[in-house]
Amino acid sequence: MDLILEGIKQAISLLFTLDPEVLGITWLSLAVSGAATGISLIFGMSVGTTVALTEFPGKRFVISLINTGMGLPPVVVGLFVSIFLWRNGPLGFMEILYTPTAIVLAQAIIATPIVMGITLAAIQHLPRNLRLQILALGATRLQMVWMLMKEAKLPLLAAVMAGFGGVISEVGASIMVGGNIKGYTRVLTTATVMETGKGNFDIAIALGIILLLLAFAINSLLTAIQQQQRPR
Amino acid sequence: MINAVSILEIRDLEVRRGGVRVLDIPGFEVLDGEFLSLIGPNGAGKSTLLLVLACLLPRYRGSLSFRGASVMEGNGLMGYRRKISMVFQEPLLFDGTVESNVASGLRLHGVNRSNIGRIVGECMERFGIGNLKGRHARKLSGGEAQRTSLARAFAVGPEVIFLDEPFSSLDPPTREGLMEDLQRILRETKTTAVMATHDRVEALRLSSRMAIMKDGRIVQIGDPGDVMNRPQDEFVASFVGVETVLSGKIVGSGAGTVTVQVPGGKIESVGVGQVGDPVLCCIRPELVTLSTGSPTESASARNVLPGRIVKVIPMGLFYKVNIDCGFPLTAYVTASSVENLTLAEGSAVCSSFKATAVHLIRK
Repeated sequence: MDLILEGIKQAISLLFTLDPEVLGITWLSLAVSGAATGISLIFGMSVGTTVALTEFPGKRFVISLINTGMGLPPVVVGLFVSIFLWRNGPLGFMEILYTPTAIVLAQAIIATPIVMGITLAAIQHLPRNLRLQILALGATRLQMVWMLMKEAKLPLLAAVMAGFGGVISEVGASIMVGGNIKGYTRVLTTATVMETGKGNFDIAIALGIILLLLAFAINSLLTAIQQQQRPR
Repeated sequence: MINAVSILEIRDLEVRRGGVRVLDIPGFEVLDGEFLSLIGPNGAGKSTLLLVLACLLPRYRGSLSFRGASVMEGNGLMGYRRKISMVFQEPLLFDGTVESNVASGLRLHGVNRSNIGRIVGECMERFGIGNLKGRHARKLSGGEAQRTSLARAFAVGPEVIFLDEPFSSLDPPTREGLMEDLQRILRETKTTAVMATHDRVEALRLSSRMAIMKDGRIVQIGDPGDVMNRPQDEFVASFVGVETVLSGKIVGSGAGTVTVQVPGGKIESVGVGQVGDPVLCCIRPELVTLSTGSPTESASARNVLPGRIVKVIPMGLFYKVNIDCGFPLTAYVTASSVENLTLAEGSAVCSSFKATAVHLIRK
């Protein structure tokens, strides 16, 4: 019991003294996961919307692939990204293994199917005739897609939250492709794993709390956007 | 004001869905300024035809032209789509206020902001939703939502408006009010309208022309009175509310009238024909008069048939009476007639209808 109380005390002091190392780790986590989520939004939303709006043979198969991807184990992603980025690997020439860029890449791969799957479901869930109604009002195809996305705003913001939540809390891939290098690729989750392993529970708890606060803050912001203008 | 000029024209149309032919229309036109109803049972292809007319569904074969110019997929399509508008059975409103919904089409057309405000204001007043402008679309009643949807469709100033069962999810008083307003607005704006519906009463009330559809084809098109009173075949007859359809043979032919032998009796009808011709006699139930007095009372009618009531069915505003007068005959009578004549199952009654009330379909 003492262990936990001591940990929380230490955590609070770390938080309030704005420990530069902790701040650095927090900032990197935010930047890496933010960038990864951003990339996943571009690919996930555009592909998800396209698949939802077009008819083609094998569509069901593609949808089940995307849905399977939503549960992609981070360690598997970490393994494959590592292999690709390995010095002798197909993308070894890029020399980005054990850099923040590698973590962004791995996390984007994890988040993309999540965003894609939710986007797909959100657009498919809109009334069938809504598309025709928008076109009948004289919309171009691009305007139509934009209006559909606005109509699916709620689930699409949920997709952003799910994508970001999935990568900020992910540890397996980040450790594998980032290497948990102090001051370079160490993020909140990898640092927590390491400190726990070393028995530094106080720091681990502090990092855990920061992680939770961060997730909470980001999601509160997104929720505020999502729920604004809702009819009362 | 209807001009006999066609605004939309279809030639050799065929539409397929999943390899199956769902529409097959050799030729069809919509006249400038008319209100055309497409009526038919579910699956007849009414909505599909509307979507094809709005160029929202690909054609397998056939051409569509608007004011003489061909409408094709590609560049010219946007120009056409911005001259039409469509309202569906569900209001399909966007997330936002009534005002922003009504403005949405204009914004898509790129109309400038100050004009949007003015047009939207006028349109909302026209449809009686001016007081709802700040209300969120999800907080509207069914009638208000459909009014908003109509206002949104009219705001873009369409030359043709397509209506796909626009009233069918509304309750009767709401529907009544909206139909009245729609009719007035169509007249004021001189907009051509094509409506799909399965409700013949709705169609009769609004249309200047009516097309009956079945299995992807148009089986009859014309003036509503004509379609109602002179159906082309048994399907149209039953669909437009002809309750009595009897198969028979012409046994006598005179000056503009014929006598038809049907199983269990004879019917006098206007028309010409050769003795021996097989025909179908169609008798609309509202043209049959019932009386309990002696047959001579209704001397002006050519067909006076004593019989017995089989069933009296209350239909709300009127009663449907099934009579056996040698052959089955159906009449619609008012509630007061049922009371005054004490019509009841099993009671004797005299049915009469004029020779002009009988419509003959040649087989």
